[in-house]
Amino acid sequence: MTTETHLDDLAIKTEALSRIYKIRGAKKGEMRERVALEDINLSIPRGELFGLLGPNGAGKTTLIKILTTLLSPTRGRAWVAGFDVVRESDKVRPRINMVSGGETSGYGLLTVRENLWMFAQFYGIPSRQAHQRIQTLLEMIGLADRANTKSSDLSTGLRQKMNIVRGFMTDPEVLFLDEPTLGLDVQAAREVRAFIRRWMDENPSRTILLTTHYMQEAEELCDRVAIIHEGRILACDTPDHLKQEVQHEAIFQLLVETEQPLNSLALENLPGVLRLHHQWMNGGLQLEISLAEEGVLPLVIGELERQQAHLRSLQKRQPSLEDVFVQLVGLRMEEVERERGNGYHPNTQE
Amino acid sequence: MLRSPAFRSFRMAAWLGWQIESNWTDPFLFAIYSIIKPLAAAGILVVMYRVVTQQAFDTPMFAYLYLGNAFYQYVSAVTTGVSWAVIDDREHYRTLKYIYVAPLNIPLYLFGRGVARFLTTSFAVLIIILFGVGFLKMPLALSTIQWPLLIVSLVLGTLMLGLVGLILAGITLLTARHSYYIGDAVAGALFLFTGAIFPLEVLPAYLRPIGYALPITYWLELMRRALVGRVAQAFPTFSALSDGQLLALLALMTLALGIISLVVFRWCERLARERGLIDYTSNY
Repeated sequence: MTTETHLDDLAIKTEALSRIYKIRGAKKGEMRERVALEDINLSIPRGELFGLLGPNGAGKTTLIKILTTLLSPTRGRAWVAGFDVVRESDKVRPRINMVSGGETSGYGLLTVRENLWMFAQFYGIPSRQAHQRIQTLLEMIGLADRANTKSSDLSTGLRQKMNIVRGFMTDPEVLFLDEPTLGLDVQAAREVRAFIRRWMDENPSRTILLTTHYMQEAEELCDRVAIIHEGRILACDTPDHLKQEVQHEAIFQLLVETEQPLNSLALENLPGVLRLHHQWMNGGLQLEISLAEEGVLPLVIGELERQQAHLRSLQKRQPSLEDVFVQLVGLRMEEVERERGNGYHPNTQE
Repeated sequence: MLRSPAFRSFRMAAWLGWQIESNWTDPFLFAIYSIIKPLAAAGILVVMYRVVTQQAFDTPMFAYLYLGNAFYQYVSAVTTGVSWAVIDDREHYRTLKYIYVAPLNIPLYLFGRGVARFLTTSFAVLIIILFGVGFLKMPLALSTIQWPLLIVSLVLGTLMLGLVGLILAGITLLTARHSYYIGDAVAGALFLFTGAIFPLEVLPAYLRPIGYALPITYWLELMRRALVGRVAQAFPTFSALSDGQLLALLALMTLALGIISLVVFRWCERLARERGLIDYTSNY
């Protein structure tokens, strides 16, 4: 099959896409290289809501910047809506749009409606049609009552909603959502996710590439998910298939009380214990333990008793994308982010 | 979808530029500012001239200097208006990446953003000229103005200044620091070489070629000739050239500048994409 035949059916395709940033070193004149993306090969068919899941700094935003023609790749090629993002960027742009989360972009001196209308004009949408679309989308996302408010007077969350409308209102063939719920409160994030899902359901030919570091968001929204870490795609499949990779493991959550430090190494070294994570929570120590089979559990409980740790609760849970990530990377996403020094707040998204 | 990308880029950018430029709490204050600022700037020059020449306001030199200085306001305003949009959108409003993702003609978008500055400056220039005629005996009469030459020169000159602004916009894309003043800095640096306030003959011979190479010099001369023809032709710099020849030279230089500025801007854009600078915010 030729590349052209492939491209007809694909919304996004990348071939060995790489991006290396040159960064100034500590010494004068010294330049260092940082690999942001390495040999990314993706094929996303039209009509798919595709998720890119990874911690901050994994390369998600870099990939979106390349696909939206803002950044040149160092190596490799990429096509969006059938057109090369470097050589045919002028054909890509009318077919796409983008929304970045966690920022307060927008012309603060214009009202919400004016901001949106102006961008609609940039895309050549007739004025009357633009006003109708804006009104419909503002109502859908719950911002209609603030349509005539200057955007500088909006909270970060409401500004984010305005930006989401800006991205959707042009009805792009391919929409790029870069952490669209970043910084939103729980309720607003829920509304935005529902909005995204509804928009996709309305027209099966629409495609979304969504980046997120919220596991639940990826699981709830995406048809397929690629897990990205340090610029490489480690796995790519439907959330269910990805979880099946760790389905054979038995994952338990235990809450224990102990007065002395727990010897976690002794637990990890037990035969059949695959992974162990622990954190202090609600006055107790919460253990999350992955076992090769359920039969290993008595060994774990025995070791806890030997260490004079009292078991308060025990719960078996289904594998999540977090478990897939841990299996692939060896660390939880929050641990990766902590190592990088990024502020990760897993509890902001429920 | 409506209209060509070129038309909507320019039109909407001009609308946005006006919204930003006129975003004053009090329109009255805005109007006062628009009058006082240029008059004060011209006033400094007038006082200096008065001291040096002992009030010789009715000599050709005064009209030369006064009009040259008045029209020079456009140089800073238009070049800054075009290049400033990059800073404004990237650093302040953080929208440059969305502008770049949209199907727009970016050079025309930037030209559009400069329109508001052009309009406010036109108002200021008009006030300065009226002040000169009313209070400083500048020899300008409506009946002797060459209107077609004035309009054509103004359009061509504005386009030329917009193209200079486009080069500066390209440089601004690549630089985080010092870009805030790039338009003013360039206008200031060229002030002495463009015959704005004295003929090029005043400059040392080795510096004059700079003035002859700058289209701004030809444009200022044309503007003066359109308003005070005989007075302007009394100066030696371009006395051998007719209005038509000057206009042709300006048109040719603008054409050349157009090609150069587009090449430079596209080159800067390509570098900005390679370096990841389109949406880079320095917080400088």
